[in-house]
Amino acid sequence: MEHKFERETGTLRVQMPKELDHHSAETLRQETDALLIKYPVRSIVFDFQDTVFMDSSGIGVILGRCRNLKFAGGQALAVHLNQQIQKIFQVSGLHKIIEVML
Amino acid sequence: MKKEMKMEFSSQSENEGFARVAVGAFIAGLNPTVDELADIKTAVSEAVTNAIIHGYDQKEGKVWITCEIDGQDVEICVIDNGKGISDIDKAREPLYTTKPDLERSGMGFTFMEAFMDEVWVASAVNQGTRVTMKKRIERA
Repeated sequence: MEHKFERETGTLRVQMPKELDHHSAETLRQETDALLIKYPVRSIVFDFQDTVFMDSSGIGVILGRCRNLKFAGGQALAVHLNQQIQKIFQVSGLHKIIEVML
Repeated sequence: MKKEMKMEFSSQSENEGFARVAVGAFIAGLNPTVDELADIKTAVSEAVTNAIIHGYDQKEGKVWITCEIDGQDVEICVIDNGKGISDIDKAREPLYTTKPDLERSGMGFTFMEAFMDEVWVASAVNQGTRVTMKKRIERA
């Protein structure tokens, strides 16, 4: 998984997988959690630029990371959502929990 | 004449992608829109993931998918012979999950219902579960 950490702003940008399902969610969870331990993260950006598919398994991963970060006073953002992923965010209510920038 | 397809695969998470792509390819002849195709793939992915995580508790098993095209109507069944669902109404409630420890969102059935026209669930404890989903593909 590709990622970038900007030390100045404390922003961790995570590149979401091409297909975000139960299979890929497990790796994403482990890798993201390792980065959250490694860096002093104040905000996390989930970048969906390369993502063409997402199902409800992706919601759990995003929600879990959001919760941990918000509990510590941090922020979460989702960017570059295609139409299908926007729909997933809307149906699940995820767009009310995490800030979305297309 | 109805068109039919049947497939069997092992309950491994790698096969989730394979299953939804195979169903997508099978219905391609109906010329679904990008949205309709995405809806069907998502619904299939949810049902197959349920079979793997809940039906078989991520242990070894087989998952079957049958797909039938009748005119513009698509009917998809996802079947497992895993542990079954004791309370189907409860399982279908949004946000209800028996596996919060795995960070399951409890949105699987909600997604199937949102993205398909009709969803039926038949299940018997220790025998298995059959999810039947229907969607009409609008004529282009």
